[in-house]
Amino acid sequence: MSQGFFDEMTNGAADPRAIYSGVANWLRAAPPEILDARRDQAELLFRKIGITFAVYGEKDAAERLIPFDIIPRLLGGDEWARLEAGLIQRVKALNMFLTDIYGRQEILKAGIVPPDLIFRNECYRPEMQGHRAPHDIWTHIAGIDIVRVDDEDFYVLEDNCRTPSGVSYMLENREMMMRLLPGLFADHAVLPVDNYPDNLLASLRSAAPPHCADDPRIVILTPGQFNSAYYEHSFLADKLGVELVEGRDLTVRDDIVYMKTTEGEKRVDVIYRRVDDDFIDPLVFRPDSVLGAAGLMGAYLAGNVTLANAPGAGVADDKAVYTYMPDIIRFYLGEEAKLKNVATWRCREQDALKYVLEHLSELVVKEVNGSGGYGMLVGPHASKEQIETFRQKLLSDPDGFIAQPTLSLSTCPTSFTGGVAPRHVDLRPFVLSGADGVRIVPGGLTRVALKEGSLVVNSSQGGGTKDTWVLATNAK
Amino acid sequence: MLARTADNIYWVSRYLERADFLARLIEASNRISALPTTYAAKQDEWTSVLIASGADETFPDHFDTANEANVIAYLAFDDRNLSSIRNCIEFARTNARAVRTALTVEMWEHINSAWIKLKAFEQKHSDPTAIDREALIGFLDFVKETSSLYDGFGYRTMLRNDIYYFARLGVSLERADNTARVLDVKYQLLLPEHEPLGGSVDYFQWSAILRSVSALTAYHWVYRESIKPWNVADLLILRQEMPRSLIHCTSEVVRWLDAIGNQYGRHGNAQRQARTIQRKLESASIKEIFQSGLHEFVDGFITDNNGLAKAIAEQYLLG
Repeated sequence: MSQGFFDEMTNGAADPRAIYSGVANWLRAAPPEILDARRDQAELLFRKIGITFAVYGEKDAAERLIPFDIIPRLLGGDEWARLEAGLIQRVKALNMFLTDIYGRQEILKAGIVPPDLIFRNECYRPEMQGHRAPHDIWTHIAGIDIVRVDDEDFYVLEDNCRTPSGVSYMLENREMMMRLLPGLFADHAVLPVDNYPDNLLASLRSAAPPHCADDPRIVILTPGQFNSAYYEHSFLADKLGVELVEGRDLTVRDDIVYMKTTEGEKRVDVIYRRVDDDFIDPLVFRPDSVLGAAGLMGAYLAGNVTLANAPGAGVADDKAVYTYMPDIIRFYLGEEAKLKNVATWRCREQDALKYVLEHLSELVVKEVNGSGGYGMLVGPHASKEQIETFRQKLLSDPDGFIAQPTLSLSTCPTSFTGGVAPRHVDLRPFVLSGADGVRIVPGGLTRVALKEGSLVVNSSQGGGTKDTWVLATNAK
Repeated sequence: MLARTADNIYWVSRYLERADFLARLIEASNRISALPTTYAAKQDEWTSVLIASGADETFPDHFDTANEANVIAYLAFDDRNLSSIRNCIEFARTNARAVRTALTVEMWEHINSAWIKLKAFEQKHSDPTAIDREALIGFLDFVKETSSLYDGFGYRTMLRNDIYYFARLGVSLERADNTARVLDVKYQLLLPEHEPLGGSVDYFQWSAILRSVSALTAYHWVYRESIKPWNVADLLILRQEMPRSLIHCTSEVVRWLDAIGNQYGRHGNAQRQARTIQRKLESASIKEIFQSGLHEFVDGFITDNNGLAKAIAEQYLLG
């Protein structure tokens, strides 16, 4: 048992926490062979279904499985209620912030957020300045990464306002658990998540441009089958019953987007794009991109098509802007943030930089624009060389980094060949914003760092996933 | 539906049909080459297999001699041969993956599993020229089963709409092409001077032709007599009840193109061309075909069929 961490099953006590008593009993009673057999079964099924992802920069790893752990991660109804209220508050504020940044910029004028943080940000899109996103929704699909350090508080680790992925795993993991452990599942009153696709469709429909009041044509834009999240793109298209298009399937004429079908061209109204800003329109952004469609931005700015998420939304999930989230929430909503922020040193500030450089071996240092666990330093686990490399990086570009204390992420029991051991977890709930309000299904993707002691849960860095059970019963 | 989706669906079908055909072709040729030399001209057999499969042009770039081991390795397992069986399965899977939302779960999981099995087979047999007959037979059975099950899952689980029509269209068009290729390569064996003299060398060649399009049993049911070359030609070209005959495949092509045209409310070039080919076959008799030249007739069909494939691509698949 690891010391000094909040274990979500035991909380360091001999008896499990009340909501985990069912799981603990089952773990005590189930012979190890059963756990092994279920794990193998899960892997076979995932491979057959083709739930694979690609790791960039790794040869021969073209199609890998994200390891799935069969021990569920549990949250009480009361815990979820607090979390949900905090998520709704946060995503509302994020959308208002983006409306303001690309509009009147009140928050900059009020001196709450320093302007250069916005204008020097790579994800800020000057093309969007003065433009109002349809219905003032910028981040239609947000993934907010949450961690726990005790049985009270939830901390936001980061906001993902661009194209957060992982929701297909949330849904497939649930299917897998119902199939592999139907008894255990039935013994718990687990709130369902399988209405997520319907919620997503409803949110996207509500976000359609005003001209198509009745039946907007929605598509999902994918970079193609070699993208690491292709499985998810096709999965969602299937569940939503919409076409999965690539850039070459689209054409733009007179600021109207069409897709090429066997019956000629058909007008497109809403694009849930899983292609980054840089690649969506070679006329405006990267000219060498073939993943988007020439003229797409023109059509968007003319109000003829909705892009979800909106171009430029990434400026809100920057890790430097993150540090201002409590102020941002206060500014727009007049409320205190319900979810805590992790204490953060902004390396752009002299004092903070000095502190960070002196404490590199204790801190987690992140690029402000990084994602996917790439380009980050976990001090306590880093070699001397890695720390020196980061020292140089910090000195040459302090604005590009933030640092946080190494969090004592909570652990959950995780199954391995030959036994069960605690491993660190986080949680990514998916928050949907439509013209008609915010929707969240109870749960999210629990990611687990499979290596002993590791705090990095990203699938690209060897992390796995678990099913997240939000129970109807309370934790306290 | 997206033009690209239609294109992918259509090609999944074509690749799997081609894989099935290649498996049968190799099986049939294996039987011939297993005969004592007095019954069959062995060397020519493998060269003609190369021609029938369309691999004769690239084969010499990689191998010196067209012997059994080399030809089978090239046709079945070689990733340098664009139309090898392993490539057909891999391309079919790649196409399926690009449009997995258009396939039913059963179809996708089946083709994905087949691809995983192919990978496992390749790992076990790293030298394709050293695969023994037993392993080869197992592999060919697996290939035929893969194609049949894909078809079957489609038949049982797909909605009857344009997606289904394009899938069927791919099968029929590819099948017609394959039958025509066998006829094109073996036509000399079917010419009148090769009349059967009872147990001749040719007898086994004719039965091999029938086997390669899985029509040996069908032949006996239809003609109720020993194998005669003009009957073989008749069965493979003009017999409507024979599922791999040119006329049947063409009728199917017409049927699925009409279904597509009806759904979209518009018929075009592809439908017209398909009907022209169908009329040609319907008005032909085997006697006339032999009189005016079997080779010319089959050649003409291959050209027409390719032209039709082009028209289909232009009308529907390129977008």
